[in-house]
Amino acid sequence: MKEMQTKLVIIGGGPAGMAAAVSAYDAGLRDIVILERDSKLGGILTQCIHNGFGLHRFGEELTGPEYAARYIEMVEARADGIRVYTSTTVTSLTQDKVVTAMNREVGMFRIQAGAIVLAMGCRERPRGALSIPGHRPSGIYTAGSAQKFVNLEGLMPGREVVILGSGDIGLIMARRMTLEGAKVKCVCELMPYSGGLIRNIEQCLNDFGIPLKLSHTVTQIHGKERLEGVTISKVDERRAPIAGTEEYIPCDTLLLSCGLIPENELTRKAGIEMDPVTGGAKVNGERETSVSGIFSAGNVLHVHDLVDYVSEEASLAGLSAVRYLEGQNDMPLDIKVKADGFVRYTVPQSVRRAGDVKVYFRVADVLRNAEVTVTVDGEGVYRKRHIKLAPGEMECVALKGEWLDGAKEVVVCAKGEERK
Amino acid sequence: MVEYLVIGAGVVGGMVARALCRYTNSVAIVEKCSDVAMGATRANSAIVHAGFDCKVGTLKAKLNVMGSKMMPEVARALGVKYNPCGSLVVGFSDEDRATLEELKVRGETNGVEGLVILDRAGVLALEENIGDDVTCALYAPTGAIICPYELAIAAVGCAMDNGAELHLGFEVARVTPVMEGTRVSFYEVESRDGRRIETQTVINCAGVYADEVYQTLEGEKTMDFSIHPRVGEYLLLDKEYGKTVSRTIFRCPSKMGKGILVTPTVDGNLLLGPTAVDTVDKSDTQVTPEGIAKVTKQATEQVKVNLRGAVITSFAGLRAVGSTGDFIIDYGHERFINVAGIESPGLSASPAIAEYVIELLKKKIGRGAFVVRTEYTPNYLSLAWLFHEMTDDEKCAVIAKNSAFANMICRCEEITEGEIVAAIHREPKPHDVDGIKRRTRASMGRCQGGFCVPVIVGILARELGVPEEEITKFGGNSYMLVGKTKTGEEAQK
Amino acid sequence: MKRELTCIVCPRGCALTVEYEVVDGKVNVTQVSGNGCKRGITYAEAECVAPVRTITTTVRTTADHVVAVKTAAPIPKEKMMEVMEVLARVRVEEPVRIGDTIVEDILGTGVNVVATANI
Repeated sequence: MKEMQTKLVIIGGGPAGMAAAVSAYDAGLRDIVILERDSKLGGILTQCIHNGFGLHRFGEELTGPEYAARYIEMVEARADGIRVYTSTTVTSLTQDKVVTAMNREVGMFRIQAGAIVLAMGCRERPRGALSIPGHRPSGIYTAGSAQKFVNLEGLMPGREVVILGSGDIGLIMARRMTLEGAKVKCVCELMPYSGGLIRNIEQCLNDFGIPLKLSHTVTQIHGKERLEGVTISKVDERRAPIAGTEEYIPCDTLLLSCGLIPENELTRKAGIEMDPVTGGAKVNGERETSVSGIFSAGNVLHVHDLVDYVSEEASLAGLSAVRYLEGQNDMPLDIKVKADGFVRYTVPQSVRRAGDVKVYFRVADVLRNAEVTVTVDGEGVYRKRHIKLAPGEMECVALKGEWLDGAKEVVVCAKGEERK
Repeated sequence: MVEYLVIGAGVVGGMVARALCRYTNSVAIVEKCSDVAMGATRANSAIVHAGFDCKVGTLKAKLNVMGSKMMPEVARALGVKYNPCGSLVVGFSDEDRATLEELKVRGETNGVEGLVILDRAGVLALEENIGDDVTCALYAPTGAIICPYELAIAAVGCAMDNGAELHLGFEVARVTPVMEGTRVSFYEVESRDGRRIETQTVINCAGVYADEVYQTLEGEKTMDFSIHPRVGEYLLLDKEYGKTVSRTIFRCPSKMGKGILVTPTVDGNLLLGPTAVDTVDKSDTQVTPEGIAKVTKQATEQVKVNLRGAVITSFAGLRAVGSTGDFIIDYGHERFINVAGIESPGLSASPAIAEYVIELLKKKIGRGAFVVRTEYTPNYLSLAWLFHEMTDDEKCAVIAKNSAFANMICRCEEITEGEIVAAIHREPKPHDVDGIKRRTRASMGRCQGGFCVPVIVGILARELGVPEEEITKFGGNSYMLVGKTKTGEEAQK
Repeated sequence: MKRELTCIVCPRGCALTVEYEVVDGKVNVTQVSGNGCKRGITYAEAECVAPVRTITTTVRTTADHVVAVKTAAPIPKEKMMEVMEVLARVRVEEPVRIGDTIVEDILGTGVNVVATANI
């Protein structure tokens, strides 16, 4: 087996991996390898042909492939320091930073890395996890699989569609399938609110008269070979279907958009400490995991709402990796960052390096007249009112370095009026 | 004209065909579905039972114990994963304990070795995640687990390597005896789509349809039975939960029924189920809310496991329950053998069932006709399976010859393009997405095909030389796609 | 008159309240509130007077692949399906680079359809 040595190995060549590579290069590092399993860089962006990307990062509205292309150009312009292996799958990762991978050109190979950035992205929650009663006919796809078929292969998964889950991919695919001539019957959402961006409900559903049925779920699959229809039902506050509310909807396709899960198989196998709430690794402010020199950024760390923030976070991780490689390991702090009230989680979960640090979080419910507060060792340092906070959106508070000196614990709390 | 025609390519049909091939290459297997292992074999508990459960003196008891003793060697020869993990029947009360004592005596009478009754401390020493209310258990060290469809694929493949022919989509419409005087000269077996095969002997291994196939046989019959389907629902858990228990955990049978089991699978998942609901529809494999609730409730009593987020798929299978209560393996006509009512422990008994059928044939035809062919091989090799078990160095050697083995397709189960292509071209050949899944595990992991199914559809289309729109999930009308985008047809709507 | 809108200009999705009057069949926006930025006002005015949308989709190449495209600017909302019908019949030669014009002045809207991916 071929053996190599590289200062920085980045696993994943999507928006996170590319941003980490570019920022590491710009910090002076010239020995960077990106391992990407697809045949080209860009990750999931290449199939996200809709627009809405890049307003923060590039100040203009781009489609997914265009956003990816900006970073691909940056990576290519730095070819003297960034080597890219596409169609390459990483099969294992160890705490000693040995990465085993394979591709058709080299076969299996091993890289001893000085530092590693994990940027594997996320995947969709599958249907089985939902255990919908009925047979197991064809015509049931995750929204992302359908997106790949339609946008990259030019193939139609079906003509009459019901979508379960109002995550952004589901909303985007409602419009996409409609534009391609399919009839989207409705989007069902188990929760009393949508997990997607409000503007996507407007431009992907309302523009086409597609009903969004909140507090509804699919309770029966019909059809033995190809899907023939679904029964949908209203659910109560405990999300249990309410008898008597069943409605049969004929359709040949059911798309599932039931959330995203960070793809951390390698991370877990390497024994890196995980956060059960985010499904990603626990990190400090540098985006460094429990294993020193292994960093994590982007959707593999926690599911982001906008790719712009993925790039931002991964740039930080790339820079942190360079500092680590340069031996700048002066980490004077040991502060825990904790979630309280309606805050589900925070990233990072701890702060080690002195200086300003941004803390990202999501709330557990739709809150109106909300207030976000930050306390450091019990003392309030930050307070901001929000008209509305929603689980679909990632929020951020910027902690000032001066608050953190000598601190032990930072608590981020959100309170507000819940939905009725 | 073939000497033998086996109806049904499940694990029983496959094992019978393989056994017949020891003596002749003139064997045909007909199967109504688009692939092998699509009936009861597709979805069951995947257990090799020790044999304490069967009534003393039944064919079930005899063939179960015999089959479970044969299974390690059969699995080795066929390259099928087999794990002699042992099993526990757990009880929750003194009443259960008395039942376990009965089971122990019954098992010992049936010839099951090593049975021991354990108290709670004994159970805990074996399984730390056993349910809090479990008080006792019957431990059977000879219990084992195996993958039923893997075993059936390998058995059919082995038969085919030895000269047997497989006819898929061959749904038997009629079996007609052609007489020569008062004796049957041969049988003509006709499919619904008009294909005809002549054979000297028929072995009916048609699972839940065995009675219907038998009904199509014209002429005098000597034996009557019926088969009814019993649905069993299962939940399959992520591999993260595969080590929750290391043995099969049965529930002590009670007035409430036989109860479900919790078992590791040979692939490292955790399987919960089955329910047992009698039905009339032989194609009814629906998952129901009641079934899921029952499996969930019982499983979490037997074993401490948090199911939230753990389930990767739920499915249902059918068991072929015979009207006699025992396996029905005998001549139904002059040269027509029924192998029917093969419900649990049918998988465990399958190698023994095959030998039992051979004995029946020897009695009728004469032992002299059964001479083992020198060219017969009992083995089955599939590169698709071998690759996965290889060391890194061995994999490198394979990749050096064929770089498709370095192209990962299924991320969750780590299955490469090389394995998928190897499976597509290895008998019995798959033609659809589920066929690939059963042969390689691609798309069977925690993402359930989210990433790889579009790629697998492409590989299948390429290797079979058909457009992607013709690829199905499991034959019939189970098309994956309805057409292309941007054909210009939208404009005409 | 009053109208509630959700701004779709950026992912914030501001809840806009638009006040307008209709004079001689023409809509005249008098006040926009709830917007987080100036683009919200532009959006609200357009949405009440003549709503527009950007279309992102694909076109087929002569090699039977598909390549992502978009309207380089928003087009009238009611023309969306008509634009899709035109694009269903388009066949482009590979290679295609980001920014290449695929269809000029589609349906006389003055807007070009351009490629958003390379193939």
